[in-house]
Amino acid sequence: MARLNINGKVHDIDVEPDTPLLWAIREQVGLTGTKYGCGVAACGACTVHVDGVPTRSCSMPISAFTDQQKIVTIEGLSPNVSHPIQKAWLELDVPQCGYCQSGQIMAAAALIASKPNPTDADINAEMTNICRCGTYNRIRAAIKLAASNTKRG
Amino acid sequence: MTIAQNLSRRGFLAGTAAATGGLTLGFHIPFAAAQGAQTPEINAWVVIQPDDKVVVRVARVEMGQGTLTGLAQLVAEELDADWSKVTTEYPTPGQNVARKRIWGDFQTAGSRGIRGSEDYVRKGGAAARIMLMQAAANEWKVPVTELKTAKGVITHDASKRSTTYGKVALAAAKIEPPKDVTLKNPKDWTIAGKSLPRLDTKEKLDGSQIYSIDFKMPNMLNAAILETPVPGGKIKSIDSAAAEKMRGVRKVMIVDGNAVAVVADTWYRAKTALEAVKITWEDNPNTKVSSATIDAMLKEGLEAKEAFVGNRQGNVDEALGKAAKKIEAVYAYPYQHHVTMEPMNATAVWTADKCMVWTATQNAEAALATTVSASGLTIDKCDVIRLNLGGGFGRRSSSHDFVHQAVTIAKEMPGTPIKLIWSREQDMLHGTYHPVTQCKLVGGLDEKGNLTALRMRISGQSILAALRPTALVEGRDPATFQGLNAQGPEAQIGYDIPNLLVDHAMRNPPFRPGFWRGVNNNQNAIYLECFVDELAHAAGQDPLAFRQKMMAKYPKHLAVLNAVAEKAGWGKPLPQGVYRGVAQHMGYGSYVAAVAEVSVSAKGELKIHRIVATTDCGHVVNPQQVAAQIEGSFAYGLTSLLFSEMTAKDGQMEQENLDTYEILKMEHMPPVESYPVPSGDFWGGVGEPTIFVAAPAVLNAIFAATGKRIRQVPIKNVDLRKA
Repeated sequence: MARLNINGKVHDIDVEPDTPLLWAIREQVGLTGTKYGCGVAACGACTVHVDGVPTRSCSMPISAFTDQQKIVTIEGLSPNVSHPIQKAWLELDVPQCGYCQSGQIMAAAALIASKPNPTDADINAEMTNICRCGTYNRIRAAIKLAASNTKRG
Repeated sequence: MTIAQNLSRRGFLAGTAAATGGLTLGFHIPFAAAQGAQTPEINAWVVIQPDDKVVVRVARVEMGQGTLTGLAQLVAEELDADWSKVTTEYPTPGQNVARKRIWGDFQTAGSRGIRGSEDYVRKGGAAARIMLMQAAANEWKVPVTELKTAKGVITHDASKRSTTYGKVALAAAKIEPPKDVTLKNPKDWTIAGKSLPRLDTKEKLDGSQIYSIDFKMPNMLNAAILETPVPGGKIKSIDSAAAEKMRGVRKVMIVDGNAVAVVADTWYRAKTALEAVKITWEDNPNTKVSSATIDAMLKEGLEAKEAFVGNRQGNVDEALGKAAKKIEAVYAYPYQHHVTMEPMNATAVWTADKCMVWTATQNAEAALATTVSASGLTIDKCDVIRLNLGGGFGRRSSSHDFVHQAVTIAKEMPGTPIKLIWSREQDMLHGTYHPVTQCKLVGGLDEKGNLTALRMRISGQSILAALRPTALVEGRDPATFQGLNAQGPEAQIGYDIPNLLVDHAMRNPPFRPGFWRGVNNNQNAIYLECFVDELAHAAGQDPLAFRQKMMAKYPKHLAVLNAVAEKAGWGKPLPQGVYRGVAQHMGYGSYVAAVAEVSVSAKGELKIHRIVATTDCGHVVNPQQVAAQIEGSFAYGLTSLLFSEMTAKDGQMEQENLDTYEILKMEHMPPVESYPVPSGDFWGGVGEPTIFVAAPAVLNAIFAATGKRIRQVPIKNVDLRKA
């Protein structure tokens, strides 16, 4: 049994302690916005925030977490797609198939939280999620747009 | 230009009110079997609800390429719909069968999403508009010619009356369909041709979009599977005692004699239990296959006497004998994996009188056929519901093996929904890989440096031989010659070479190939465009000018090449250390060209500074989505060039996950400037064509930078330091 704080709500989860956080989120909590891509922390489709830090949930067992840690998934990032990153994504029509975008958005949201005005080098260093459709240039533009909107706002 | 179309009388049949209580308008597409139909068919592309909502039925599938939005734009354009009220839905292949394939084929491949259906969907929109106008004219007792439509509103200026589509939809459903429809001149488009936002973006931003892997049903169980990693492998025995005792496990079973599946309450438990099953395999001669044996097989094909001819002009051997200068090279292209971000998966429920499947597929009719054969039921008792795809790239049209397995497992547990998900490892080991080929090229130049003869011997794998043997033509695979054909609107070579021989020694290793975004154009463009660069260098000529002088008979190829040269500033100075390469190609009905600007450091590190790309796809339905496809195509094509290679050892692929199979990331992605140059007199594809020129443009730029000819992919295996 584990207790996890996901999107502001504490869940009692009856599952083996070595179950990856990703699968507890998808199969026990029932939130499917966080995606399975590789299971080896290589692609980033499973990225969630743990106390604000982007974390690849496929490779972290739930036994590594306590209910004091705030886990945020794409569903909990903002009400009604209102996070500056989501708004910029919408404005630039970033997604193609969209499967990786939950992870991309969570990684980008963490990036602009820690670096409100990221450089290209920052974006290259922090945005290491795979997008097979190849939306990278729009992702880069949307991060910059979100940063500039946030600054103005 | 006015496009007037004669439509057969029986091709247009008014629909009765749809289940929504509104109007269903339909029309007949040419190849659907109408003969013998005694009762009116309801052939629906457009549904208009009383609240004015317009539902456009889409037969093709959205997998990121923007087809859903583009097709809706085309229908809405002819309909004069209010774009803000347009939504879409997918018919099922079972409905298509029941209605005599009224929606035509569902296959979404070959960059045909728009170009393969633009004609009949536009006619559907245009016919619907005429019927709605006639309904209003009847109500107002005025000639229909006095009516105007805009944004879902019909107006009669003389009497200052107006109504909406939703209000007349029920009456319009009873109107005799028009015999002819006139399609708009694309110059007059207000919805099509515009950079409208996609219809499906918002739900991709908050996790609410349901992909196939996210699908849930009451009482659903989950299955994990492990299939033989060696082609042709068979199970001798399994020991599942430990797995069966594990929490949540409901069943362990052998599937098709070559795989073990575990069904459990959750997928992670199924996968974990599967790892506890001990499998003993039968002896299998394919365990001797490796990349080295495949290479030897292909090398033999390069020199073999027998080969299938793809394009023959003049007499190559004679011309090569007379050439002032002869150049020879051998190129190679490896197995590569699609890596859709969403691994293969499907959900199935089987009972003795019904089988339903929910899955992500590029060809729902093929998925239905697979469901029928796996279920043992007749087609009227089966259907496939299409769910969103986390990437397709050809994998989800090449084989529905995952559907076959899901149904086979579900059949063992009647009435219980089973969701089968392939682990990434299973997905990598059971791909339908980009086929492996090599190419030997011999070119002959005369004293003036003109190309007088070119011989291209392709050796390697045929996709059709593996997936669609009935499509072979007397053993020959015509798709092998994509982009090298003498003629045709699909994939024509762009050079006038007086003596030319392109042939194919088919050599099929046991790993299954598939249609892989760009398909055979990918390697053919590298073989031809890099070798043409070699010839230009040998002739001492500028690679652009060397190409241009062979292209007079191919004005569309030439126009795209000229446009890219102009946009890239070919011939103008570049920053120190930066060099250009160029390539052009035609495939999927479109003409593409690219210039790459690269530098290579003293340590051999490649940097791609800029890509400039031009595309003539005839018509552009949504410019911002065309730009997105072009950027995405470079990401896909450059991944192939830089990193992608599946290697075989002891009969199985060695790369089982993304930690050993690298994909291009943000840090590698160059800026891409894309310029559509649509000539407006044909419809070409967009999703794939630009991939063709990504690799050869960069390879040619690397030669310009280093003097090194790289004749193999990927270049991660190559030392790029200056020669």
